[in-house]
Amino acid sequence: MNPKSRSDTYGRRINRSHSTVVATIVPYLSVLIASLTPMFFIATALPIIPPLGFMMLLAWRLVRPGLLPVWAGFPLGLFDDLFSGQPLGSAILLWSVAMIAIELIETRFPWRSFAQDWFTAGLILLVYVPAAMLVSGGELTLVALGPQLMLSILVFPLFARLVARLDQMRLTRWRTVG
Amino acid sequence: MAPTGQRRSSYSRKAQYSLFTGYIAAGVGALVGAVLLGLSLWQPGFLSGLTGTAQDAATPVTQPVAVARTESKGFVDAVRGYYRAGSQNAALKREMELARIRLGEAAAVEQENRRLKALIGLQDEEAKPITVARLVGASAASSRRFAYLGAGRADGVAVGMPVRSPRGVVGRILEVGNYSARVLLLTDPESVLPVRRAKDEVVAFAEGRGDGLIRIRLINLGINPLEPGDLFVTSGAGGYYQPGVAVAIATEITDDGALARIVSDPAATDYVAVLPIFEPTAVTGADTPVETELGE
Repeated sequence: MNPKSRSDTYGRRINRSHSTVVATIVPYLSVLIASLTPMFFIATALPIIPPLGFMMLLAWRLVRPGLLPVWAGFPLGLFDDLFSGQPLGSAILLWSVAMIAIELIETRFPWRSFAQDWFTAGLILLVYVPAAMLVSGGELTLVALGPQLMLSILVFPLFARLVARLDQMRLTRWRTVG
Repeated sequence: MAPTGQRRSSYSRKAQYSLFTGYIAAGVGALVGAVLLGLSLWQPGFLSGLTGTAQDAATPVTQPVAVARTESKGFVDAVRGYYRAGSQNAALKREMELARIRLGEAAAVEQENRRLKALIGLQDEEAKPITVARLVGASAASSRRFAYLGAGRADGVAVGMPVRSPRGVVGRILEVGNYSARVLLLTDPESVLPVRRAKDEVVAFAEGRGDGLIRIRLINLGINPLEPGDLFVTSGAGGYYQPGVAVAIATEITDDGALARIVSDPAATDYVAVLPIFEPTAVTGADTPVETELGE
């Protein structure tokens, strides 16, 4: 008999169960790791790397609605502020506001396609990147904003795919029962 | 995507309350963020200890990545070097000959310089670097331009010390942790550096813009004497930097100065040297308010 015949996308079903710890921790952990990642890139003169932590949060919120609570922007933003170089508090404020904004958008448009989600993420990034630049004391010039903004918006579908994959991992039946 | 149905919180009081509490918590979170942001903009030093500690914790991870990054870049450069070896060799030989002539001239000037300085009794000591370390990371996603240095208080690094690479000025130490430090790069919007044109005495300020360029603002306004291609070096005013270190090259002339590109791009730098503050007395003098000075 085919050993895979009794399993589905999330692994074998007999004798296995989901792990509560993994299921809870994966979204938060992935956002934290994404917050740390920009530090490893080259010390460029221009901010060019997308705000990876924020994009990960957006992707989780839009691809798997109902998973992260509305207040998740506060703790995750605090961690991001410690490492991003922005003045402390900027990510706490902007991430919280973004979570509330998505909540409102969701009430208005309960049924959405991926294109609409991408549009939402694009709009939010269009506000977030200049706002983050403003609170850090920079001037809004197209040279500074353009590359980072374009890259952020274009890369969002990749993050959505990544989150879908992580979600599959999150719900895999890791635990052996009995 | 279908709606989650979580919003319609049913008749369960518990579900209704927890949904409501979530909204309250989110609003309070945003408020706390706004207050913290205001605090850290108003008193930048107030919360910096927190970020310094966090940076110390992350440095052991960023260090090996920085090593791997610079080494792989070296490998790519080596391969690229083979590709254009012939034509580059000829060009380099021509350049080398010119450079040798210039070097001879420079040696003569240096000798004369030393003689003149001895004449007026000025002693000239070369500043020994406090430490040499790698730039282990950067705030690559933020418009504040910081780099993280793999050396801290334990190596003698202190706030305000200038950081330079073999090519020129990189920035200045802004915060120090035990084993890491945060460097304010020249392109950061908060960075201001007194400079002069290398070939004469035109003095100016070099201010970062946050977008990779530097704005050169002349101190004496009038007819703008700058031209594209002018090299700017530190003037030594302010007491932080040694005079005569390369900073930027003008690319575009504006009304009150120029836009310039930095000479020492942090992306092309691996090791940097932390130098002692050039004139500590000048720095403390500038930090002392006029009232205290008068009171004495």
